[in-house]
Amino acid sequence: MLPRIERRRELDHRMFYLSPVLAVALTIVTGFLLFLAMGYDPLQGVFHFFVSPLLSGYGLAELGLKAGPLILIGVGLALGFRANVWNIGAEGQLTMGAVAGGGIALALWGVDGFWVLPLMCLAGILGGMAYAAIPAFLKARFDVNEILTSLMLTYVATLFLSMLVYGPWRDPMGFNFPQSRMFTESAILPVVLAGTRLHLGVIVALLVAVTGWVLMTRTIIGFQIRVVGQAPAAAAFAGFSRTRMIWLTLMTSGGLAGLAGLFEVAGPIGQLIPVITPGYGFTAIIVAFLGRLNPLGIIPAGLIMALSYIGGENAQVEVGTPQAMTGVFQGMLLFFLLASDFLVRYRIRLQAPGTPAAARAEAPAE
Amino acid sequence: MMTRFVLTRRGFLAGSSAAALALGAGRAQAAPTRVGFVYVGPIGDYGWTHGHDLGRKAVEKAFGDKVKTTHVENVAEGPDAERVIRQLAAGGHELIFTTSFGFMNPTIRVAKQFPKVKFEHATGYQTSENVAVYNARFYEGRSVIGTIAGHMSKSGVAGYVASFPIPEVVMGINAFTLAAQKVNPNFKTKVVWVNSWYDPGKESDAAKAMIDQGADMITQHTDSPAPLQVAETRGVFGFGQASDMRAYAPRAQLTSIIDDWSDYYVERVKAVMDGTWKTHSIWHGMKEGMVKIAPYGSAITEAARADAERVRTGIIDGSVHSFTGPLVNQKGEEMLPAGQVLTDQQMATMDWYVAGVQS
Amino acid sequence: MSSEFAFVLTLVTVISAATPLLLAALGELVTERSGVLNLGVEGMMLAGAVSGFAVTVSTGSVALGVLAAALAGMLMAFVFGVLTLSLMANQVATGLALTIFGIGLSSLIGAGFVGIPVTPLPKLHIPVISSLPVVGPLLFSHDALIYLSIALTVGVAWFLKRTRWGMVLRAVGESDESAHSIGYNVIAVRYLAVVFGGFASGLAGAFLSLSYTPMWIEHMTAGRGWIALALVVFSSWRPLRLLFGAYLFGGVTILQLYAQGAGIGVPAQIMSMLPYVATIIVLTVIAAGPWRARLDAPACLGKPFRPAT
Repeated sequence: MLPRIERRRELDHRMFYLSPVLAVALTIVTGFLLFLAMGYDPLQGVFHFFVSPLLSGYGLAELGLKAGPLILIGVGLALGFRANVWNIGAEGQLTMGAVAGGGIALALWGVDGFWVLPLMCLAGILGGMAYAAIPAFLKARFDVNEILTSLMLTYVATLFLSMLVYGPWRDPMGFNFPQSRMFTESAILPVVLAGTRLHLGVIVALLVAVTGWVLMTRTIIGFQIRVVGQAPAAAAFAGFSRTRMIWLTLMTSGGLAGLAGLFEVAGPIGQLIPVITPGYGFTAIIVAFLGRLNPLGIIPAGLIMALSYIGGENAQVEVGTPQAMTGVFQGMLLFFLLASDFLVRYRIRLQAPGTPAAARAEAPAE
Repeated sequence: MMTRFVLTRRGFLAGSSAAALALGAGRAQAAPTRVGFVYVGPIGDYGWTHGHDLGRKAVEKAFGDKVKTTHVENVAEGPDAERVIRQLAAGGHELIFTTSFGFMNPTIRVAKQFPKVKFEHATGYQTSENVAVYNARFYEGRSVIGTIAGHMSKSGVAGYVASFPIPEVVMGINAFTLAAQKVNPNFKTKVVWVNSWYDPGKESDAAKAMIDQGADMITQHTDSPAPLQVAETRGVFGFGQASDMRAYAPRAQLTSIIDDWSDYYVERVKAVMDGTWKTHSIWHGMKEGMVKIAPYGSAITEAARADAERVRTGIIDGSVHSFTGPLVNQKGEEMLPAGQVLTDQQMATMDWYVAGVQS
Repeated sequence: MSSEFAFVLTLVTVISAATPLLLAALGELVTERSGVLNLGVEGMMLAGAVSGFAVTVSTGSVALGVLAAALAGMLMAFVFGVLTLSLMANQVATGLALTIFGIGLSSLIGAGFVGIPVTPLPKLHIPVISSLPVVGPLLFSHDALIYLSIALTVGVAWFLKRTRWGMVLRAVGESDESAHSIGYNVIAVRYLAVVFGGFASGLAGAFLSLSYTPMWIEHMTAGRGWIALALVVFSSWRPLRLLFGAYLFGGVTILQLYAQGAGIGVPAQIMSMLPYVATIIVLTVIAAGPWRARLDAPACLGKPFRPAT
């Protein structure tokens, strides 16, 4: 009568939706105990971490603002991860997109025209793609592992941006501080919800997620990506080009990361500064997997991740917890979320095998 | 929309603070003044953010339960900063200190939306009705340690571990070098940029590199005590940064430039309480006590100590200025004729090095 | 100062810069050879750094500190193991979450230890030999963790290539299904490999907080865990090539600092790019060169395994 773990024949759809809820519940319980142990009011702690950011229109807009880049980058990365292409340098591609698009904004400083912003977006995408082309080329041509190249290039991109804003792109009226001029009106993304910072880029991110889903599930390219990832031998047999997949997925993820970078500088930042991302390129990797590499799943995953950051700030402001504690809390939330996937794919039985499936136990115990 | 949000949220707060507010309204005693602090790094950096947090603690100590402080650490310069500052403003903080240059534009933006809240931005240059700017004349301290380095260095070469080439850092390198050259005209300063405010390993490697190349004085414009530790183990001398770092280098630390924000923070909180707060742009130095010199180490020679004290007291009484002409840049061009001193504006935008700086 | 002597000092600096990278990467290499990708190296290093520091300060024994660091790393790795091996959570995401968790936990634990000095790990001094010119400072004046990092590298190389258990580990990483069908316990082997990874990362953390820069300040690893991950890829999962990679990266990092100190007039940002660019170029040359054979990752890397029962 020992509990047995069995692989489910197909995904349990109830669990598919239930398990994240269970994970959040577990985090709340553990978080409650953690706050209590550290001497903070646990009710307030949990409330400000999970609930208070959601209680106003402004708060929800901020959530969207923070989730936008995570979703945009996450969708691109998921495509690659599905095909076993490990781009972990989205952070650098984001930076290069911001450099390229922001460069256009600075070159056209003071120029009025509806075409300025689209041109910047295009430059942002191309900047990210061009930067992702380096690992793509090295992998396709010399079989150099993209984990190393894309990661190392991230540091190079940050230094490159730093060189520009400390040097030639410095605001001439800015007392030699490291920042560019503020972009002019025509180079700033329109806000879609008056009184908030929610800009057009966030809407684009959602549209990209939906498009990504259609691409993955409804098109032959999506099929090829999945086959190359899951059964490389079969893919080779079917004549799907591995090289083509490398280029396709790295260009897509690089371009989307670049666009995300441009949206940051043309959106809430409004200028080029030495560091334009608080690690979105890395966080998006978690988001991609939390969303189970499904572009639609990435939307809630991005929102949860964004909430955990904003909730962390909230807890510092309202409850006075140290920032370190929010890191611990966030880590636990992710652990539970990731582990809860287990219940989707496996079942825990208390009966000997052979008894009716209805008797299966779904308790969270191991 | 905004006010309603605040009210709803207050309504939600379990017990304590909402009740305190309600009671406070009825009693004669006013609710505590809420003061917010936004930090760019972790409090545990033992450098820049650590210093500002000591200032926050001084405020708490000075006003007891008449004040309630809030701080948020590790806030990224960018969209996150604006959200955090805004949240503090919306949440009833009357005075908010934003303690990094990169918080300038977010601070200005939020200040426009909350005209009744007072903001204090460190090291920037934009002020408004409700945004004041404050900064410390760290370079004055550099003149003191440069004087000591000029006396104590046998090789006449110092190693300067630097973060990023912003005017603040450039100014410090120049002030240090000029002061040392007053003692030893052939004094040279090597500069290594680690492109980080905060990477103990790299800071210590940079110090080692310069010591290997003949530097026997180590100073830094990065946050950790690592370069000073290297000075201690390699048997050369060094200077602490931001706080007294003697514990890490009891022999090697000749003195340290201490950032002390306490008096200023207390004064400004008091002004808010009294209703006398006004915007300004101040740049305080050793005279006002925002920059301090730590007790001298035991290894310092009498001549060095006397000269350092002469410079320190001279700066305080105005008879010594860190940037007195003639000043010559690395190419040998005269940047300032003899007898003149650089204006604050010229110093605050400095992007050139004096002769003798190797970078 | 003679140029010969300066050269030796430079090399000594390179050794200490490369050692934390080597230790952490070595652990990750063993983990990855068993088919598990743990991106939580940075978090495990920080757990090691803070535990090592805290225990050394509290007990006064640096040996206990190093031990505590290793245990802390192992504990973190074990958490990762439970999540990914028993509960089959995604390895990439769990590793990243482990890093977030480790950064938070280490600063929580370390809050009371900022600003406190510590007696660093002693340098081993051998009479006469340590005083020899050149070889003395270069080879015989380091602390125990530096010697351990080299010994561990050679040990792991020998273990993977020459021992039966090394072969089992590789088999588990290359083909979990077949290793299982021959009768090896895939999950148990992977647990051991993951915990070894934590052990080595913990030691790397101890090296940072007790030897390289003997202090505790928050997030003092400053991204070295990520470099270690990249170096494992650079090494093509081979210990001796990892040694080369760690010293190459450490070497270029140090040399660019020396070049700046000598005042060569190239923008500092470009100098700081060099170690990253050099690593990419060298790996490309290796990949394109005549040694092409076997650059592939272990075949089961990152894939979950649950024995069919």
